[in-house]
Amino acid sequence: MSDRTGRPQPVRAGCRRPFAPDPVRPARAVGLTADLLEAAARALLQAEDRLGVLDTAIGDGDHGRNMARGARAVAGIARDVVERPLPEALHRLGMTVVNSVGGAAGPLYGSCLLAMAQAAETEAPGRPIDPPMLARLWAAGVEAVKRRGRSDVGAKTMLDVLVPALAALSASPRLTAEAVRAAAEAGLAGTGPMRATKGRAAYLGDRSVGHLDPGAASAALIIERVIDAVEAGR
Amino acid sequence: MTARVSLVIVSHSPGIARGTVDMVRQMVGDEIAVVGVGGRPDGSLGTDCPMIRAAIESVYSKAGVAVLVDLGGAETNSEMAIEQLPPAWADRVTICDAAIVEGAIMAATEAAAGADLDAVRRAAEEY
Ligand SMILES: [Mg+2]
Repeated sequence: MSDRTGRPQPVRAGCRRPFAPDPVRPARAVGLTADLLEAAARALLQAEDRLGVLDTAIGDGDHGRNMARGARAVAGIARDVVERPLPEALHRLGMTVVNSVGGAAGPLYGSCLLAMAQAAETEAPGRPIDPPMLARLWAAGVEAVKRRGRSDVGAKTMLDVLVPALAALSASPRLTAEAVRAAAEAGLAGTGPMRATKGRAAYLGDRSVGHLDPGAASAALIIERVIDAVEAGR
Repeated sequence: MTARVSLVIVSHSPGIARGTVDMVRQMVGDEIAVVGVGGRPDGSLGTDCPMIRAAIESVYSKAGVAVLVDLGGAETNSEMAIEQLPPAWADRVTICDAAIVEGAIMAATEAAAGADLDAVRRAAEEY
């Protein structure tokens, strides 16, 4: 179990603030489309077996099933949620993920989305999601994943994909889709030779070496769909 | 009677959660509220945030709630569950960094003796 001393306080406010309908705000989560959410859900459902196999090798084998459950839940609210303002949409997605995915990934992806929801509240309402704004939201999400997992890059986790892909996204105000995809792919490949120090795989020690991390694999899948959507929307 | 600290046992396995509660009961009887939560809603192995939250709410005490967890997901899902409680409650729920069975027994004996939440947590963690 991880050391709990001296850790920063987890983000709390975003988790329980009820969103009252605000007549001043535009009604839609501009740029967050049902197509994106459904495409990401489809990708995770198609990858269920592959993610399961990866997690069986170095974890408890539930990552494919957990993400598929989350994907179905997200797809189920996609049409509805994109009609709401972005902070509320992201908050509802985060809560849905937390309450449906379970496992270790639920709180990590859920915290990511809840932190993105909080960050979205500081953006001008109705602002379309361009690459710099996506980078700001993503950075808040990545910080939340680090806090929740008490982890960082190099521990053979989803952070090994999330962090380099964010760096590629932040490197230019214009979307360099290929660079972001390449960074995610390289990050995923990089988890192969790593020795896990977090999660169930950490119990395997050196035996975790040579396997891709399942959380990094699902993160790469999701990033690819997000980048597709931003690219299509510009 | 003054309020006592309650215990929540969170395991990936319903069997482990149940068994740990049985062991605690054998040690301290009915002096404190103890509830086990294990597995997912469909009965499979894992942890589930809403189930954990409901378990905490079912034994909530003004003296506080000590949560014992097994592996990673149990801990992070418990954190999320605590953050979803009303703020005044969340401040009185703490996760113990301790082995689940040993920690539960130590925490329960402290709680049954009337110790406060901090002392209960320390008893579990220092074992
Ligand atoms: Mg797993």
